[in-house]
Amino acid sequence: MADRAALLLAARGLTRTYPGVRALDGVDLTLRTGEIHALLGENGAGKSTLINLLTGAQPMEAGSIQLDGRDVRPRSPADATASGIVAVYQEITLLPNLSVAENIYLGREPTRFGLVDRARMRRDGATLLSRFGLSIDPAQPLSAFSTAVQQLIAIARAVDMSARVLILDEPTASLDSAEVAVLFRVMRELAGSGMAVLFVTHFLDQVYAVTDRITVLRGGKLVGERRTADLPRLDLVAMMLGKLPSGDGHLQRHAAREPGAPFINVKGLGKRHLVAPFSAEIRQGDVLGVAGLLGSGRTETALLLFGAERADSGQIVVDGEPVTLKGPRDAIRLGFGFCPEDRKLDGIVPDLSIRENIVLALQARQGWMKRLPLARQRELADTFIKLLNIRTPDAEKPIQLLSGGNQQKALLARWLATNPRLLILDEPTRGIDVGAHAEIILLLEKLRDEGMALYVISSEVEEVAAYADRVMVMRERRQAGMLTGGDVTPAAIIDAIVTPVEMPPSGRAA
Amino acid sequence: MTGWFMAARSRLVLLALVLLANMLVAPGFLELRLVDGRLFGGIIDILNRGAPVMLLAIGMAPVIATRGIDLSVGAVMAIAGAVAAASVNAGHAWPVAVLAALGTGLACGLWNGVLVTIFRIQPIVATLILMVAGRGIAQMITQGRVLTFTDDGLAGVSSATLLGLPLPVLIALAAAIITGLLVRATALGPFVEAVGTSPRAARLAGVPAPGILIGVYVWSGLMAALAGLIAAADIRGADANNAGLWLELDAILAVVIGGTSLYGGRFSIGLSVLGAIILQGMRTCILRAGLPPELNLLLMALVIALVLVVQSPACQPAIARLTARLTRRGTA
Repeated sequence: MADRAALLLAARGLTRTYPGVRALDGVDLTLRTGEIHALLGENGAGKSTLINLLTGAQPMEAGSIQLDGRDVRPRSPADATASGIVAVYQEITLLPNLSVAENIYLGREPTRFGLVDRARMRRDGATLLSRFGLSIDPAQPLSAFSTAVQQLIAIARAVDMSARVLILDEPTASLDSAEVAVLFRVMRELAGSGMAVLFVTHFLDQVYAVTDRITVLRGGKLVGERRTADLPRLDLVAMMLGKLPSGDGHLQRHAAREPGAPFINVKGLGKRHLVAPFSAEIRQGDVLGVAGLLGSGRTETALLLFGAERADSGQIVVDGEPVTLKGPRDAIRLGFGFCPEDRKLDGIVPDLSIRENIVLALQARQGWMKRLPLARQRELADTFIKLLNIRTPDAEKPIQLLSGGNQQKALLARWLATNPRLLILDEPTRGIDVGAHAEIILLLEKLRDEGMALYVISSEVEEVAAYADRVMVMRERRQAGMLTGGDVTPAAIIDAIVTPVEMPPSGRAA
Repeated sequence: MTGWFMAARSRLVLLALVLLANMLVAPGFLELRLVDGRLFGGIIDILNRGAPVMLLAIGMAPVIATRGIDLSVGAVMAIAGAVAAASVNAGHAWPVAVLAALGTGLACGLWNGVLVTIFRIQPIVATLILMVAGRGIAQMITQGRVLTFTDDGLAGVSSATLLGLPLPVLIALAAAIITGLLVRATALGPFVEAVGTSPRAARLAGVPAPGILIGVYVWSGLMAALAGLIAAADIRGADANNAGLWLELDAILAVVIGGTSLYGGRFSIGLSVLGAIILQGMRTCILRAGLPPELNLLLMALVIALVLVVQSPACQPAIARLTARLTRRGTA
């Protein structure tokens, strides 16, 4: 129905680079009047950057945005709002201590004789909210209402500021299914009134429930735009996780190898509200790939395996001995290492030098009393800088000055310095440039060949299929399958991620 | 060490300016005289007067590096002084009194550390509790009076001379050296900095974060107790209301002048001590100039604002350009 509708927003060639990585690379986005348009992609695909450019939160380097055929170049979110583009984010950005009406009219209060006209604010607020099916007293503080209602109030505020394009960034992440249904009704009404809604989510059921079109991003590039009705779920997941449009063919499926010696056996490890019990065997020199969509529970399995979260069921058996992990230090003592997905928050210590970051885990294992002599620290740092080809003039630079790919290599070095037996890697190649990407894959293959066990969480299905001996597939926070031997193919992985699909449209993961 | 001098450059310049101002106000300020085996002179005076804040800054720097703050150090000074005075008055020997005071400081630090680490209370709130309650505790010990004592051993903490230097100077110097070695000759320094700026990364790398957090508050309590002993010995009495009053703010300023960000991360014991010396130098200068005390606070505020603006990221490029130009002219 939205097909013949008029073009409302046409963004062309949007580009934005951060130090060392192209976050958005010539991406097009087309929104038509009256359509609900899904924007999909894994972490680091460029969704947030695209929203930031559309709302003027960040300047674009190249590209253009046309709204109603006019060129717009938003310099700030306020500027974008004035042109008719407004975004509502997952974390509510309203003020919980103010009343609902004050929140709706914050910064644009109606006045009477130079004073804020509270009576009118409440009246108009009530009328506005009733359009969204909310019959609440606008004089109440915002904090008196549920997240869902607050979300609707945020949308009401946004729409009232004369939006033509409404961007909803993960609006359903903390809503239950009834609240999601209300939100969808509101979205359809808004679209019906001639707006375009850009809906960012990672719940595929919701995409099929409410959207007309889908735009998929991957690694900062546009994978494609499709009509929702014409795009089977399997093809959609393939677009999100499968081969990159550019296709870098440096990976070869390795020949079948002899299984390594037994090492780790995970038996029904789980934690309530985090991830359902899962089981896996990891042998020496083995690569266990973990695949799944965003929010599928794949990172949570790593947190349990590394002791960063305490399991409340199941056990881990290492070398035939059951072990209890009270924290990461216990895991490190067993020879585990963990490179987390969020390098900036969970990985690097930005103030410290590259050298100090590289020796951190080894030093922590030795204890604070036995400081590694400076000469030994320098030697370790220089060795890994050379071995991993970390691009830096010297080891004493603060690590925050490195590009994402080089930071990732330094984090790998941090664990390699501890000479680990198991290395857990969460999205080791996300958000880094192509060169570093290939180097890291080669390094992982080398480590595996030397007998190190690898537990690799990745959205790069082609890659996982190429180097993993087995692949554990996660879905809805539970183990959905374990592929071995000849079954480890991109198609089989995507298939396991997608089926079965009979789930009600619900925003709440188990 | 050259790295340290590079980092200390702007502060050494400031110190030189402060000393120069002192010289202009009081000619002969830099003279050192040896009388009865003790050195006298303006610089010794600054170091002696500044010893308590130097001690507080030594304890405060690691706390701030963990993105924390310890507002209770002034109150802990009062408690420690009261404990020492009460125990000599109860007939205990002065070493016992000193140990009791230091033990009290450790206990106060442990209290703060447990609130921050185990109960995860924001440091500013957690230490505010002891800042307020601590004066009350000290008043209970002194029963609301200035608890005077006559024990020469305890008074000697402030008035004794060793190697020609007043004991407070030596105590502060020893504390700085021991703390400096503790954080830099072991791996504690980087651990403290990692826990401060990246608590999650530190935990995942296996850094024993809870122990380190508690440790920095305990150490801060110990340094505050030493400062409290000096303050009590100075007046031969424990003044629960005024001992260490507002000195927590001086200590925080000293650490900030020393280049540690209140957002945690890199810290330096040496630079924090330097910050405390600069503060005391300014105070001495204003006093000697005979300026009204109101002006004292205003001038201090101005100088501190200047230091912070110069250190701010907004000014760094301009300063780098200026330095480059000066260096070029110097070599040309």
